[in-house]
Amino acid sequence: MQPVDSHLFLLVGAALFSIGLAVVMLKRHAIVVLMGIELMLNAVNINLVAFSQYDPDRLQGQMLALFVMVVAAAESAVALAIVLRVYRHFRTAQLDELRELND
Amino acid sequence: MVQIAFYAFSALTIIGGLAVLLTRNVLYAAFFLLLTLLGVAGLFVLASADFLAIAQIMIYVGGVLVLVIFGVMLTHRRQLPGEAGSQQANTILSQNRGDSWSWVVALAVAGSLFTALYVLIFRANFTLLANPVGWQNTTGIIGKQLMTEYVVPFEIAGILLLAALVGAAYLASPQSKNAQDAAR
Repeated sequence: MQPVDSHLFLLVGAALFSIGLAVVMLKRHAIVVLMGIELMLNAVNINLVAFSQYDPDRLQGQMLALFVMVVAAAESAVALAIVLRVYRHFRTAQLDELRELND
Repeated sequence: MVQIAFYAFSALTIIGGLAVLLTRNVLYAAFFLLLTLLGVAGLFVLASADFLAIAQIMIYVGGVLVLVIFGVMLTHRRQLPGEAGSQQANTILSQNRGDSWSWVVALAVAGSLFTALYVLIFRANFTLLANPVGWQNTTGIIGKQLMTEYVVPFEIAGILLLAALVGAAYLASPQSKNAQDAAR
């Protein structure tokens, strides 16, 4: 059972981060933008876990990845509540159609 | 064997991410995000992070993704009452930003970022990555670390989750008429 070369983990993380960045830049639906942010956070977690293999006694990378997951869960809950509120107010969730600050 | 599993999981991850980028249906994007999250959990297992893989499945697939799908359903503009039958498929479309130029700009930025990271990864020559690694069980170590070295971040994470729960419940609750009038 030969472990996998860590460069490949870093490469997958880089690809996933780029895809998430493209999703955030390209999509207009607020929830899809949130999905792009989740993709970027997952890419960061892959990197942290890949480097954490070389620290088997303290596992600092995995601990940080765990806290990243917790913060991502809290972030997505609050963000979806805000999107829901915005949808109720403007009757749309497409970000480019939100042009007014005041009602 | 491990290599084959690694390539399969990374293909699942990348293809799921690309499908989120390419599809226009928001609901399909949510289900492709499921593929990506499961692939990332598999990658965690192959990097000997078994506890994190289970946590990934429970938090992301069980929590965040269900929340996202609820959000998709609740921000769905209702069609005309006559034609929205239960037999029709739900198509909730996400428009792309601007015209075809935005594709060019977004792909240029993301592609150049990926190229830069690729060059960086293979030129950086990390001495750490030459060390041998082994498989190990991480659950016990993570438990000990959470109760000793990381106890303060652990408690802060608990408070953060409580605050996020209260804030999300407050933000998502419908305002009453009186409160709306008072706000104006």
